[in-house]
Amino acid sequence: MNQPVSASALDTKAVDVEIRNVDLSYGTNHVLKGINLHIKPGEFFAFLGPSGCGKTTLLRLIAGFNRADSGEVLVGGQDVSHLPPWKRDVGMVFQSYALWPHMTVRRNVAFGLEERKVPKAEIERRVTSALELVGLAHLADRRPSQLSGGQQQRVAVARTIAIEPKVLLLDEPLSNLDAKMRVQVRRELRDLQQRLGLTTIFVTHDQEEANTICDRIAVMNDGAVQQVGSPMELYEKPANLFVASFLGTANIVPGRVIEEGGQRVFEIDGGLRLPIPADAKVPQGAKLVFRPQHASLGATGARDVSLPGTVLHSEFLGSTVRYGVRLGSTEVSIDVPFQSGEAIHKPGAAVEVGLSLDAAVWLAS
Amino acid sequence: MADATTAGRAHAPSRPFRHFMTSATPGQLALALGIAVFLALFLIIPVATVIYVAFTEKGTNTFTLVNFLDFARTDLFIRSFWNSVYVSAMSVVVASVFALPLAYITTRFEFRGAMIIQTLGFLPLIMPPFVGAVAMLLLFGRNGTVNLLLNDWFGFRIPFMEGLNGVIFVQAVHYFPFILINLSAALRNIDRAMEEAAQNLGCSGFRLFRRIVFPLAMPGYVAGASLVFVKVFDDLATPLLLNVKDMLAPQAYLRVTSIGIADPMGYVIAVVLIAMSILAMWVSSRAMRGKDYATVQRGGGGLAKRRMRPWESVLAYAAVLLILLLVLAPHIGLLLLSFATVWSFSPLPDGFTLAHYGRVFGESFLYVKNTLIYATLAGLVDVVLGTAIAYLVLRTRLVGRQWLDWAATAALAIPGVVLGIGYLRTFYGVQLPDGTPLATLWIVIVLALAIRRLPYALRACYAALQQISVSLEEAAENLGATKMRTVRRIVLPLMAGGILAGFVTSFATAAVELSATLMLVQSNADAPLAYGLYVFMQSAAGRGPGAALGVIAVLLVALCTFASHLIIEKSQKAKGAGR
Repeated sequence: MNQPVSASALDTKAVDVEIRNVDLSYGTNHVLKGINLHIKPGEFFAFLGPSGCGKTTLLRLIAGFNRADSGEVLVGGQDVSHLPPWKRDVGMVFQSYALWPHMTVRRNVAFGLEERKVPKAEIERRVTSALELVGLAHLADRRPSQLSGGQQQRVAVARTIAIEPKVLLLDEPLSNLDAKMRVQVRRELRDLQQRLGLTTIFVTHDQEEANTICDRIAVMNDGAVQQVGSPMELYEKPANLFVASFLGTANIVPGRVIEEGGQRVFEIDGGLRLPIPADAKVPQGAKLVFRPQHASLGATGARDVSLPGTVLHSEFLGSTVRYGVRLGSTEVSIDVPFQSGEAIHKPGAAVEVGLSLDAAVWLAS
Repeated sequence: MADATTAGRAHAPSRPFRHFMTSATPGQLALALGIAVFLALFLIIPVATVIYVAFTEKGTNTFTLVNFLDFARTDLFIRSFWNSVYVSAMSVVVASVFALPLAYITTRFEFRGAMIIQTLGFLPLIMPPFVGAVAMLLLFGRNGTVNLLLNDWFGFRIPFMEGLNGVIFVQAVHYFPFILINLSAALRNIDRAMEEAAQNLGCSGFRLFRRIVFPLAMPGYVAGASLVFVKVFDDLATPLLLNVKDMLAPQAYLRVTSIGIADPMGYVIAVVLIAMSILAMWVSSRAMRGKDYATVQRGGGGLAKRRMRPWESVLAYAAVLLILLLVLAPHIGLLLLSFATVWSFSPLPDGFTLAHYGRVFGESFLYVKNTLIYATLAGLVDVVLGTAIAYLVLRTRLVGRQWLDWAATAALAIPGVVLGIGYLRTFYGVQLPDGTPLATLWIVIVLALAIRRLPYALRACYAALQQISVSLEEAAENLGATKMRTVRRIVLPLMAGGILAGFVTSFATAAVELSATLMLVQSNADAPLAYGLYVFMQSAAGRGPGAALGVIAVLLVALCTFASHLIIEKSQKAKGAGR
């Protein structure tokens, strides 16, 4: 899967990226707090988090536009922390694309190669090859302003991969595209990355984008890495409340742990109680977390507990019905598969909520 | 899907509505006609008259090119033409030498006092260049401060002010802010990512400047440079005051004033002046076409500012200080001169006195009063016309409304001296019931000033109206306000800041304008400040009071500009809070 395509004239080698104990402050604003990450060769890696979490700052740090107060950035085992941006060989695609309006597409793509004093014929070959790779060879003599948003984005990618960078950095590359283009372009990006086998770091605030194209994701919040893992791992086994609620929909039920006859029991605010499985880890001050599809109404399985609830409202979503149910003093969402002909519970109806204890976790913030 | 429904909803009723809009209200029609008549009377007909006279034979009124042949055969005119071209081009070069370092240092580096420099950069503009010329003679002339000192210490002089050099030096000092403003704006409008992308691809240092920053700032530079070229080419008073007569604008003036308004040569020169103006503007628009390089994105924020290394700071501060001293020299010289008893053949005045100010306050208060009246009236005419034209163009579907905009903007290409000649020729024959020619009335000076400054005021009003969302007006109409009421209660209050800005530009520049008025002032009682200054500065004895008057003029304009700046700032803040 990681073999470079032989048809391409671009020759890329996959290297790893290591971030060690990186700290960065702007005045009293602590933007990055002790970041440690290891991105494997050829991996498509995402920095995912809400705006202001430090993900773009970290990306710009790898490119050399920000300096860390302490810590190192290693690219392919070499410490690049003290190199200026133009000596780093890490290609970056900017959020705004940053195509130079006074140059044609061809001149834009050739720019990095000219700076590297690559022979003319070689430049010609690699520019053509990079533009072919993104399917824009026929627009080489246009100006950036004559291209659509999606085309501009592809030129920005071509300009970056033409220099055969060690690492490809993508700063929210899909944010300036409309919803339909976004889906198409993200597939193209994934495809291109696979063909080139290039270590790629992708910054986004959109979990769907990260989930669909990345091998692994670092979820960031408040300047710190919350959890690193594959999209499935993060969804199934979130490390804390932030990760659980940032990726997908999660019900977070506050309550407290009490001892009852030598067994741990979780008492939901409002008085309902459920047993805590012996193997479950319950950190200090934890809350009960479960996904809407991990509870049911009425029917209960072997490992399920049954709790009384009241339907508050319902939303018909096609394949499922999402109920808002009051459990104790908390409102939770519960997804029930929709079977045709089946009646939908009315607001105010008393229901039995079946909760799968295998899927429930207790997390602290 | 959502798009389709909203689009459909917007489209369905728009057809009949648009149809309804094509028929303008009688009020709008009357307004448009009024503006058209005004522009025709005071811009188009006078200029057309000038062109007509240049191309017709004297007496018979038949078409001829003989006048232009005469022009081409006369050594004096050809020499004047090339002198004007040379002086204008060199002024651009010297002005660039002043403006480039200031623009680059203040926009690219963390530079203490960057704001002060950008503000001081405007100062030369609020003093007529010919006023500075006298001060410059005293500082840089053959026996001026600098050359006396140079001669004492090193035994040589630099001919700063000899012949054409003097005109170039004075004009460059006066007009360099145009380049500074445009270039700084262009530099600030370059997105940081443009530069970072180049660095990311391996480019740095001077190559980065040459390949990315400079080309992106080029359109701004060309805009400023062509403006300087036109202004210098058209300026009349500076060469005259420096006793340089073989340039085109002074020749036009001299022909008309010494030989008479019937002599065709003045008109031929006027046509050449117009042609050169249009040429320079065409070059500028060619350079700008398709190059709207303002690349700052949402959340971008201009080029990264870098902290300078110690030796770089020293160098930068030295360069900035030297340039500021040079461009502020006219002001410094003028101030010294206004307090000087005698200042001649010595680096500094022999003694200081307040007598000049006393004399000016006694005798010349008239000039100040006239200037205030003329500039205020011209400014008012400009903002009324500007607002009306902007409204007609942007908010109505009146047929031919665009022509009003074009006609008003065309005034940019008409040199002041040409307009002056046109007014003299056109309105001298028109007489009031008591027999006085229309051209001798002071109101004609106001009209000339208003026409000259209209394009700038129009742009300000245009920009102000463009920023107001149409839905704000539609909301008012929906709630029952008529078009008139909507304009009065919604449009005008929201435009107030822009209208005031337009008024200030018109007022401040009209207050120091001389090119057109020099032709039109008929008696000392009607003369504005700039004219009075010119009269004073022509005699050695008048220079002290002239300088005092000049200082008053600078203070007056600066004060008015500053006051209106405060008002605009305040209204902007009030609006921002309301939003």
